[in-house]
Amino acid sequence: MTDLANDQSFVKFDRVQKSYDGEVLVVKDLNLSLPKGEFLTMLGPSGSGKTTCLMMLAGFETATHGEILLDGSPINNIPPHKRGIGMVFQNYALFPHMTVGENLSFPLEVRGMDKSVREEKIKRALDMVQMGDFINRRPAQLSGGQQQRIALSRALVFEPELVLMDEPLGALDKQLREQLQFEITRLAHDLGITTVYVTHDQTEALTMSDRVAVFEDGRIQQLAPPDKLYEEPENSFVAQFIGENNTLEGVVTAIKDNNLCEIKLDDGEIIDANAVNVSKVGERSRVSIRPERVEMNKDRLQPGAHTLKAEVMEFIYMGDMFRTRLRVAGKDDFVVKTRNAPDQQRLEPGTQIDIGWLPEDCRALDA
Amino acid sequence: MSETSASDEILTTADGKPLKEALAKAQFFAKRRAFILVLPLLAFILLTFVMPIGQMLHRSVKNEGFTVHTDVTTGVRTPIMTELSIWFDQNPSGTVPDEAAYTALRNDIGALDELRSAGSAGTRINYLRAGSRSLFTKAARKWDKMEAPYQDAFYDLDDEWADATLWAAMRQASSSYTFDFYLAAMDYTRDGDGSVTKVNENRQVYIKLFVRTLFLSLLITFMTFILAYPIAHLLATLPLRHSNILMILVLLPFWTSLLVRTTSWMVLLQSQGVVNDAMVGVGILADESRLQMMYNQTGTVIAMTHILLPFMVLPLYSVMRPINPSYVRAARSLGATSWTAFRRIYFPQTVPGIGAGALLVFILAVGYYITPALVGGADGQLISNLIAFHMQKSLNWSLAAALASLLLGGILLLYWLYDRLVGIDNLKLG
Ligand SMILES: Nc1ncnc2c1ncn2[C@@H]1O[C@H](COP(=O)(O)OP(=O)(O)O)[C@@H](O)[C@H]1O
Ligand SMILES: [Mg+2]
Repeated sequence: MTDLANDQSFVKFDRVQKSYDGEVLVVKDLNLSLPKGEFLTMLGPSGSGKTTCLMMLAGFETATHGEILLDGSPINNIPPHKRGIGMVFQNYALFPHMTVGENLSFPLEVRGMDKSVREEKIKRALDMVQMGDFINRRPAQLSGGQQQRIALSRALVFEPELVLMDEPLGALDKQLREQLQFEITRLAHDLGITTVYVTHDQTEALTMSDRVAVFEDGRIQQLAPPDKLYEEPENSFVAQFIGENNTLEGVVTAIKDNNLCEIKLDDGEIIDANAVNVSKVGERSRVSIRPERVEMNKDRLQPGAHTLKAEVMEFIYMGDMFRTRLRVAGKDDFVVKTRNAPDQQRLEPGTQIDIGWLPEDCRALDA
Repeated sequence: MSETSASDEILTTADGKPLKEALAKAQFFAKRRAFILVLPLLAFILLTFVMPIGQMLHRSVKNEGFTVHTDVTTGVRTPIMTELSIWFDQNPSGTVPDEAAYTALRNDIGALDELRSAGSAGTRINYLRAGSRSLFTKAARKWDKMEAPYQDAFYDLDDEWADATLWAAMRQASSSYTFDFYLAAMDYTRDGDGSVTKVNENRQVYIKLFVRTLFLSLLITFMTFILAYPIAHLLATLPLRHSNILMILVLLPFWTSLLVRTTSWMVLLQSQGVVNDAMVGVGILADESRLQMMYNQTGTVIAMTHILLPFMVLPLYSVMRPINPSYVRAARSLGATSWTAFRRIYFPQTVPGIGAGALLVFILAVGYYITPALVGGADGQLISNLIAFHMQKSLNWSLAAALASLLLGGILLLYWLYDRLVGIDNLKLG
């Protein structure tokens, strides 16, 4: 995590808590700090408090406890319209009774800009999202993707330094979503805007962000760049939530050097694992292995590596990949992904095989 | 357009039939079924709405009180005042009645007496000239004792038989169809020589009442709007569990009888009522300066505002409920103060509801009868109370119909204006 005392931080949540009803904390002790120009994504299941955080930052909710700092000064007492934060909503929130041009003109008018300046800025903002020809349309005459483009350019037209987006692509189909993901990241980087992006889609989070904050139950479970998040999840929630993951449960039997440990699985088998979240012998642990890191070819394993017996339950052909479902250590939801290469064998259900992995790829996490 | 020959070609189906024909055929059964389904309602509306309104319009220009006698039991129609109407045809309006005219009058009154309808014929003249009915009933008692010259005989009976306005009234009434009721409904009358003039200042009631009705209805509409807007907003934004309770409170007036509500306002607002008693008790008011809030315009406005409030709340609520809070949030984040966000983003989106509510409340208020009748006193009466008076008391149905037709016309005019200015498709009732 970045240093909270870092004065470079542009946005900072300092021990923020939030409760709507005085009974349940929706946000529990949130500490988060992001430097200027960063693209940070809040990722988490529905109800984990992401929107609440965004609303506190935008000024539509007040923090029950703690402080939010923008560019070094607390914003708790600044009304929303003076914060100068651009926002993009999932439902676009384009004003239905105004044309596209009027929508974009609105933030400039309330800032008292002259007509000529406004027109210039509107044109630039629309060209930025390739929507220059749609200036006289009404929102209802646009498709979802076009509406979100307009909403994006409206949030950027008054040149805010911070932009918040709450699941902006949630209502769009896959292809449009991917296209807009790319455009949003490009714009954010080109313009040097600090962005806080909320999503529950982990692919989106991984592909777009500089850093991802994984939320669960009002807490940040892990805050890290995408690659680190995927390859080095710090706890079993993150491991489970990001990407596909195989979990085996057992008890720690030995702590070794090099941050390794030995785990006895519930059916008696013994494996080596990277001790991430376990500290002493006898502790229960969930062990996480990514499906693409499982090795079914014995020759490729390190000498002395533990192997496990497995039975093929199902083989799924996915084009570029093969997905093989196995029964391992008494559980039959163990998935292995292999590349569709000429030498890769296609396993028949019922085949008995040995599988293994590098101890570094196998992470012993909290139970 | 003329060059595009392709669009002029008739599209056909696979077997060569014109597409339009095939489509009409395919849809025929569906259309017929739809028609049969709406038929009962159509018949009902025709019978209970279109026909009565047609009747009313007809009655406002037709009155046979001085032209035809209809026997109530047998339904036999006998023309009356036939000789006099011939004399009117032969002599232009303004002619001083001669002996021939009085002879015709005497014979016609004789015929009236035999039909026992002198009273009703006199009433018809009474509409146009007050105090005329008794002339006819008196003459009907004496006609067989009259001797020529009849002019003098009538003068002996009553001087008023020489009055030019009486003859002008009879001339008007001698044709069944007339626009005179519309003139009367707008405070105009006809002189002895047939020209249209305003009635006496102290008898001008209708225009004053139309204006008052218009003014009070606008005031009530405005009051309901002012009161309903915040309530509707609250209803639309509160969590469902709270808003349901509030909604029940708003709808409560719908579930209690109109009469009960009106009388409870009387209990509250009259000079010895709860509100006045409370204010005197607390010492805000002196006992002798109790507020007059009942049996005047104030009473009408208060009670009708309350009664019509739900009709404003519901359309407003129905447009406010689906307005996503993110619109206002977006406006705020874009730099608008909460007032600007309300004025430029929220309010314009509620205009269709305001239009619907205002039109509904206004039209209901313009035709309201029972509440002003009970709490309006003398100066809180509306035009509908006068219509009711002419239907029930003075029995001048034609005048009642003319007043009602004017009211209907006024409302249609407003509706047309609304359509021109706001657009009727912008109306949203729910
Ligand atoms: N206005 C509100 N009043 C009461 N509870 C709320 C309100 N908004 C959100 N919540 C609750 O706070 C929790 C977090 O919600 P939210 O921040 O919207 O989560 P997310 O955006 O991650 O799905 C949820 O349990 C939700 O029910
Ligand atoms: Mg959310």
